[in-house]
Amino acid sequence: MEIDIRHVARLARLDLDDAEAERLAAQLGQILDYVAQLDALDTSDVPPTTHVLPVSTPWREDEATARLDREEALAAAPEHDGQAFTVPKVV
Amino acid sequence: MNPFATAGELLAALESGDVTAVALTEAALARARAGAELGAWLHLAEDEALARAADVDRRRAAGEPLGALAGVPVGVKDQIVTRGIPTTAGSKMLAGWVPPYDATVVERLRAADAVVIGKLNQDEFAMGSSNERSAFGVVKNPWDTSRIPGGSSGGSAAAVAAGHVPLALGTDTGGSIRQPASLCGVVGLKPTYGRVSRYGAIAFASSLDQIGPFGRTVADVARLLGVLAGPDPRDSTALTSPVPDYLAALGGDLAGLRVGVPEEYFVGGMEAAVEAAVRAALTQLEGLGATLVPLSLPHTKYAVATYYILATAEASSNLARYDGVRFGHRTRDRVSDIADLYAKSRAEGFGDEVKRRIILGTYALSSGYYDAYYLKAQKVRTLLRRDFEAAFARCDVLATPVSPVTAIGLGERVDDPLQMYLMDIFTIPSSLAGNTSVSVPCGFDGGGLPIGLQLIGPPLGEERVLRVAHAYEQATEWHRRHPATNEEVG
Repeated sequence: MEIDIRHVARLARLDLDDAEAERLAAQLGQILDYVAQLDALDTSDVPPTTHVLPVSTPWREDEATARLDREEALAAAPEHDGQAFTVPKVV
Repeated sequence: MNPFATAGELLAALESGDVTAVALTEAALARARAGAELGAWLHLAEDEALARAADVDRRRAAGEPLGALAGVPVGVKDQIVTRGIPTTAGSKMLAGWVPPYDATVVERLRAADAVVIGKLNQDEFAMGSSNERSAFGVVKNPWDTSRIPGGSSGGSAAAVAAGHVPLALGTDTGGSIRQPASLCGVVGLKPTYGRVSRYGAIAFASSLDQIGPFGRTVADVARLLGVLAGPDPRDSTALTSPVPDYLAALGGDLAGLRVGVPEEYFVGGMEAAVEAAVRAALTQLEGLGATLVPLSLPHTKYAVATYYILATAEASSNLARYDGVRFGHRTRDRVSDIADLYAKSRAEGFGDEVKRRIILGTYALSSGYYDAYYLKAQKVRTLLRRDFEAAFARCDVLATPVSPVTAIGLGERVDDPLQMYLMDIFTIPSSLAGNTSVSVPCGFDGGGLPIGLQLIGPPLGEERVLRVAHAYEQATEWHRRHPATNEEVG
């Protein structure tokens, strides 16, 4: 199994160096070969499981509750200006 | 106080005034520091723990009502966020992060007046079976420090086994509580999916993740589960069914109990000592009044492949939040655009195993491959669930090994991801089905390494698996053996 590792890494927003890309491509090929055994099962009439238990979204009263205040939310940011998260100038 | 005293024994000693919460907390912290070479702890919250313990002592002296774990020291896996206490999930990505909120389970521990003494090491973002994938160093098995403790909750299992704390929290996505419990000779329970709120558990695979308890006895695990379980308005998947008194469910013999023995869990490649110990445990369950029911879970062999598609797909989405903008690591390199900032920050912050899983999961979800991998795996997950539904029509619990092997050597499989994944073959199926399962000590191999028995129950079968585990434990002596500690402290 061969996969275009560079393309997938771009989708995942993950830089890989050449050695990493080569190693990962080989390991993932091996894992996907193992996963290919699922093809032996006929699942054409089997519904997919997305949740193991019936999930419903319960309602609650529409009341304001405590929120994280801005100072706390910004405290862990790599960079902020006191009002918002900031990123390096990119344009 | 004996470092291996149970939470039940500590509570009795606290109530009778034989010991204070401050003394217990100081002793637990001293043992954690003295046992630092195990690598189990990432952070000790000494000041906060001692202040909380002093508050419990003061309120006890004043005759005020106290919670179910008042004064008992507890460790928390670093995957679980703690307000004001650094939380890394074992990743460089979160080094230095101090969360601004508590997980629901941490709030519940505090409401029960337990004393959280610190945070426990783990595989990065709970991805691993050996605890060799922490960015902050491996955890060693207290029974043999050249060996793995299991993972991903390796720090939790090791700290409980070594007698640092009587109780700890872990998380289990495909076996991350049960497998380290087995390899370290302690009790660990994965609750039914939804029994315990996931709010504040750093997300790995949201349809599988569960928080659960570790202890050295079944009764202690039952006690801790009672504190953790229950509905939570902040987690819509937390079940609203009432929480029973798990401790009260323990006791009695096993007359009339039907124990299913799935043939697929006794296969080639298993260590002979593991099979012998588990088969001996089955005989012992029969001796306690249970009837063994041989049966088949025919899709078991597909579980690992199914899991590594679904869990990595969910992880690739959950871990998208680590972008170097709002919290967590940001690259110091020059970047060309915002996508470059993300890609460089993530490349620097994540370790190998996390990158491998993000790439695999992204691939499985990518255009042109979704149906072949993700949808296919979701369908096979249905077949695995049906296996269990059919089995539980014929039996009350299933009894199986937890791990096909005892603790392997550090470094032994670290470069072979597929072989490492296959170590989870007996724990993954019940995760995919959303069942509850407990690991309870059932023997030792020739080298003195612990072996665990897995008891699997249907959804919300916690009382049942705990009752069976307790009956087995009470009939055996395995839980009374402890690893040698370097020094007796406290």
